[in-house]
Amino acid sequence: MSFDAGRILETMAALPLGRVQLMEVCGTHTMSIARSGLKSVLPENVKLLSGPGCPVCVTPAEQIDAVLELAMEKDVILTSYGDMLRVPGSRPGDSLLRRKALGARVEIVYSPIDAVELARKHPDRQVVFLGVGFETTAPGTAAAVLTAQEQGVKNFSLWSMLKTVEPALRALIAQEDFAVDGFLCPGHVATIIGAEGFRFLPEEYGLPAVVGGFETEDILTALYLLLKQLVEGEPKLQNAYPRAVSQEGNRLAQRMLQRCFEAREDSWRGLGRIPGSGLGLREEFSDFDAQKRFSIQASSEPAPTACRCGEVICGRLSPEGCPLFGKRCTPEDPVGPCMVSSEGACAAAYKYQQG
Amino acid sequence: MCLAVPLKLIEIDGNNAVGESLGMRRPLRVDFIEEPKLGDYVIVHAGFAIERLPEKQALEDLESWEELRDVL
Repeated sequence: MSFDAGRILETMAALPLGRVQLMEVCGTHTMSIARSGLKSVLPENVKLLSGPGCPVCVTPAEQIDAVLELAMEKDVILTSYGDMLRVPGSRPGDSLLRRKALGARVEIVYSPIDAVELARKHPDRQVVFLGVGFETTAPGTAAAVLTAQEQGVKNFSLWSMLKTVEPALRALIAQEDFAVDGFLCPGHVATIIGAEGFRFLPEEYGLPAVVGGFETEDILTALYLLLKQLVEGEPKLQNAYPRAVSQEGNRLAQRMLQRCFEAREDSWRGLGRIPGSGLGLREEFSDFDAQKRFSIQASSEPAPTACRCGEVICGRLSPEGCPLFGKRCTPEDPVGPCMVSSEGACAAAYKYQQG
Repeated sequence: MCLAVPLKLIEIDGNNAVGESLGMRRPLRVDFIEEPKLGDYVIVHAGFAIERLPEKQALEDLESWEELRDVL
C-alpha cells in the first residue's frame, strides 16, 4: 500500500478549520515529529504542541535533588537509563554525571533487570534503580522488583518516580489557559493500558483523541483523523495504531503493574502535585522500596530554577520561545530536562533546526 | 528511552529471550507476551517485550529503521 503524504497534507489544508492546536504526549512522538520535519509542512493553521510525555522532562527539580543526594550515600550504586544522568537538579550544572565525577557510583542500564543483575554481582553494595517513565516502563520495572524478591537479591531497591498519563492530562485540561483542541495519544502507553484508556478525553471533556504510532505515516494519519473529527464536530476515540494497540491493552503487563504498584500523589514539572498520578511500591514490596530504605526525601516544595521547561511541557511556551533556548541552554550544557533528553521538546527542536 | 525497534525472537528460555534486528542481538524478557514463539516479532521497551507485531508490519517497520540508520 503506498502512502501519499502530499495528498494527505493537501486534504488537511483544504479542511474548513480555523487555528487548531493539537498536542502529543509522548517523547517518542516528539522526536519522530522533529526528525520528520512534519511541523514545517503541516498547514499553517495547525500547530503541534509537545505535552507532558517525556519521562525525564516531567520529573521535577526537587526529585532530581533527592536523587543526587542518594547518589552520594555510602555503598550505593545508582542505576538508571542514560537520559537521567545529565538532568540538572535545582543547582545549575549539578547532575548525576557531575556527582559521578565527584566519586559517586552511577551506572547506565538498558533494562531494570540489568540493575538486579548488578546487585547480584555486588552483594556488598546497595544497588538502587531509578524508575522513571509511564505505563510503558512500569510493568518491566515491577517485574524487576519481583525478580529481585524471587531471587532474594536484598541489596536491590527501586526509587520510583514512575507516573501515569491520565491524571496528568486531567490536570493539564483543568488549567485555566488550556487551549488544546485534540490529543495525539501515546501509542506505547496505549499498548499497555489499551486504547480505551483514553476514552475519557472525548467522553468527559469533548476532546478528540487518536492513538498514533511512531512512523511519519502513522503520525500524519492520526493528525488527519483528529482534524477530521474537529470538522465533523464529533469528538471520539480512534485507534490509528491497531497493529500494536488493542482496545483493552496488554493484560499481562497491566496485572504485573497492579501487583507491585499503587497510585499515590506525585509532583510533576510544570503541573505541580497531582493526586493519584505516581506509582509507588505496594506495602508488601516495601523491603525493595528505596524511598523507605534510605532516609532521603524529596522536598515537597518546588525547587526554584531559571528553567522554563514546565511551561514548555504544558504547551504554553514553544522551545524557541524560551529565552534560554540555544543560548544558555544547549544539549551540550543543558539548563533544563527538555534540552537533556533526546525525547525532550527543546532537544528535538534544537537538533533538527540545526539541519 | 522508548525507542521501539521490532525484534525477532531467536531464543526463548522461560521469561528470558534473545531478540535480533538489523544484525544486532539483545537479551530481553517476554513476561508480557502470551505464549511467545521463535520467529515472533515483538516491540521492546527497556528490555521487555510489550506486544507482538504482525510479521508483515514488523518487516515494514524494520525497513524504515534500516533507512533511518543509513541517514543517521
